[in-house]
This record gives sequence, structure tokens and C-alpha cells, in this order.
Amino acid sequence: MAQSLERLRESASQTAGPYVHIGLTPNFCGIEGVYAADLGAAMVGEKARGDRIKVKIRVIDGAGVPLKDALVEVWQADAAGIYNSPSDQRGAADPHFFGWGRQATDMTSGECVFETIKPGRVPFFDGRPMAPHITVWIAARGINIGLHTRMYFGDEAQANAQDPVLARIEQPRAASLIAPRDGDTYSFDIHLQGENETVFFDI
Amino acid sequence: MTGKNPPSNLRPETGAFFQRDRAWHPPAFTPGYKSSVLRSPRRPLLSLDNTLSEITGPVFGHDILGELDDDLIYNFAAPGKAAIGPRIIVHGRVLDERGVGVGGALLEVWQANAGGRYRHRRETYLAPLDPNFGGCGRTITAEDGSYCFRTVQPGPYPWPNGPNDWRPAHIHFSVMGHGFAQRLITQMYFEGDPMIWKCPIVRTIGDPKAVEGLTAALDMQATIPMDARAYKFDIVLRGRRSTLFENRREGN
Repeated sequence: MAQSLERLRESASQTAGPYVHIGLTPNFCGIEGVYAADLGAAMVGEKARGDRIKVKIRVIDGAGVPLKDALVEVWQADAAGIYNSPSDQRGAADPHFFGWGRQATDMTSGECVFETIKPGRVPFFDGRPMAPHITVWIAARGINIGLHTRMYFGDEAQANAQDPVLARIEQPRAASLIAPRDGDTYSFDIHLQGENETVFFDI
Repeated sequence: MTGKNPPSNLRPETGAFFQRDRAWHPPAFTPGYKSSVLRSPRRPLLSLDNTLSEITGPVFGHDILGELDDDLIYNFAAPGKAAIGPRIIVHGRVLDERGVGVGGALLEVWQANAGGRYRHRRETYLAPLDPNFGGCGRTITAEDGSYCFRTVQPGPYPWPNGPNDWRPAHIHFSVMGHGFAQRLITQMYFEGDPMIWKCPIVRTIGDPKAVEGLTAALDMQATIPMDARAYKFDIVLRGRRSTLFENRREGN
């Protein structure tokens, strides 16, 4: 026998269930007057630096149907590639950009839209620059543990080609993480299962 | 909006998080819980040591909180009214796997009322709504990771999975720690509830010890006599490595 490592075990995950909106987007589901606004509804202050963009996300199940009860969160760096987090010690982030957003997918269309800015590049753990990306996290009924993925930008072909994370994915699956641009809107369809299954990360 | 203000005077940590033990958590595909069948990825997850994108995470200031955000008995009730049901306090600490308290963590909860009915337009259970109960609450942990809520104990309810499946009484918890890799949603169950071990959602978890870790203990020492019983529920988030001897080249 050796000494005990005396570590605790992480609390086990459970599904968010069908009524995740009550807790995380109460105004969205008609519970008004408890919180002034749903947390994460607005990511960008008026004075935020960077290109204003929209990110339209759908989460699609194994039968090809968009989830109408999903909760989607995004986390990203500011226009200069700095995270608005105490754990990013490289410098001050844009004080007018929070970096985190939360939306429920529409109960009819299954879409959600984040109004944000295009993030700058952030270094990989060995210092090489990663291509601009947004971390996406999904919780819903039927999902036992939140799914992490990344959205990369369709108009950043050169940066994407050098990205050390995309380089780890066998082609053609890396394409599942790249959202095409149309005007100021990037459309990111996340396929939970099947032929076009999106790459999910164990991070 | 809040910003880079650390939740405490402690130096922010910048190490990567301990690997998640995915044999301890429920797997994605659990056919006993039918909704998971079409909503589970079938290909392996791509493993990656944390980059800055996962080590960092949003920090919320107390300025987002209203006075009654942590009091579900009163935060939806008309003036002078209260929610109906067994009055309870739920308290505990948010720790990481090293046993360190996680201060400044955002905890959000939601639950059914005492009859097992949720205030949601998709909910069709015939138990009535309580006009003085909304079912949502939130708080931010103190520097030592401690927190508390006041609420009514939720009731069990039936759901369309098997022909006669009922959820045990539970409170949903969402936790935002210091890094986005710690993001966690789970459910709290109540000590002694015979429904726990019958539930297909609970049974997505393989190890009974992991289920015990989600079961709050009746805590008579925190109970307020003639007012509210108390349950203690600690939540454990992923620990993180120290940054000693990290071999980083530049810019990070």
C-alpha cells in the first residue's frame, strides 16, 4: 500500500432535462419578474471592439430533427484574442465584451442566434496560434453530460489550415467544425449523431 | 457586465484541469433513458489537453443577483404570500477534486413545485401549479465555496419513458466554476427517497457511489426549529494542475 492521494471525485453529470429553461432562461419560458434579464442574453457592449457578427446555431438529432429544447452556451476571446477571465494572464480583455453567452433554441424552429464579435487568435498550449474559434457547450434532454465542441469560421481558410486542433482531426470530419459565412452571419449546424456527426471534445 | 475581477484575493489559477473520469459520469448512449438514443454521439470524443480556451471561463459579480434570487419560497410569490410545500434549506460547498473551496462559482437551480409540477408551457402533468412558486433560483458561492438556498421540497412526477416511470424528487443544479472545462449540470436527490434507485436517468450512472454523491443528506444541525428542515449537498468540480514545470514555449 502507498499513501492515499485523498482526492475527491467530480460530481457525476445528469441531463438538464426538458425544463432547463426554467432555471437558465426563465424569461424565455415565461417566468418573468424573478430575474431582470436572462443571463448571457447580451454578450457585446456598445463600445466593444471588433467585427459584429451573428452566429446561428442548430443542434440536430440522429433522425435529422433540430432540438427545440436545447440550451447552448458559447465562450470566446475578444477581438484581440484575450479571454475576459482571471485565468488569462496575458493582458486586459476588452471591458465591453463579456465573452460568454447563453441561448435556448427556439421552441418552433430549433434555431438560436448569438450576437457577438469575431474573436482574435489564441495560442495553443505550445504557443502556436490557434485559428479564431468559439467554444460551444450543449445541454438538453437526452444528453447525459454536456457536449463540448468548437466553431471555426468558414472565411478563415488559411488560419484553419494551420490550426493545431483541427490538424488532430482526420479529414473530412474537421469540416464539421467550420461554419460557412453569409453576410454577417455564420451558420453552425451541430449534428449529434450520424453520417455528418460533429466532432465533440473531451477537454 | 462583470469582468476580470477575481472572485477573491487568491491568485487566479492557470493550470489545466484534471482529466474527466468518463467511466464515473454517465455515458452518452443509455437506452434505458430513451431520449439519449438519438441524442448521443456515436464516435469517440477527441481528447485534448486544455488550451486557454478551456482553462478560462466567465466570472460573475454579485451585482447580477437580486435580493430574493436564492429564496424560491418568496421570489415568485405575491406580496405577503409564500410557496406551498415542505420548507427546506439546501446548503453545502462547491469544492474541487483537491478539496479546495471554489469561491465565486455561479450556481443556478430549477425544480418542480411540491406536487411535482413544473412552471413550463410544455409540461402537461395534471398536478396543479402553485401561483406563488416559480421554481428558479441562483447564487454565487462565498470565498470558501459555501452556498445556501431556501425552497420547498419538490415532489416526484411521472414522465413518458417507460409506461410507469417516475422521477425521484430532485433539484437541477447548473454550476459555473473558474474554467469553462468545469462546466457541469447535474441533479440533487434527497436522502432516503425509494424512487432514486428505480429511475432510468439516475441509472445512466454506473457506479452507486457516484449516485450517493448526488444524494443530499438530511442535516438536522442546520435545520431551523419550527421553520425549515435542511439538506446538505456538496458539489465537486474538476481539480486543476499547478503550473509548476509546465513546458510552454511562448505567448502563453
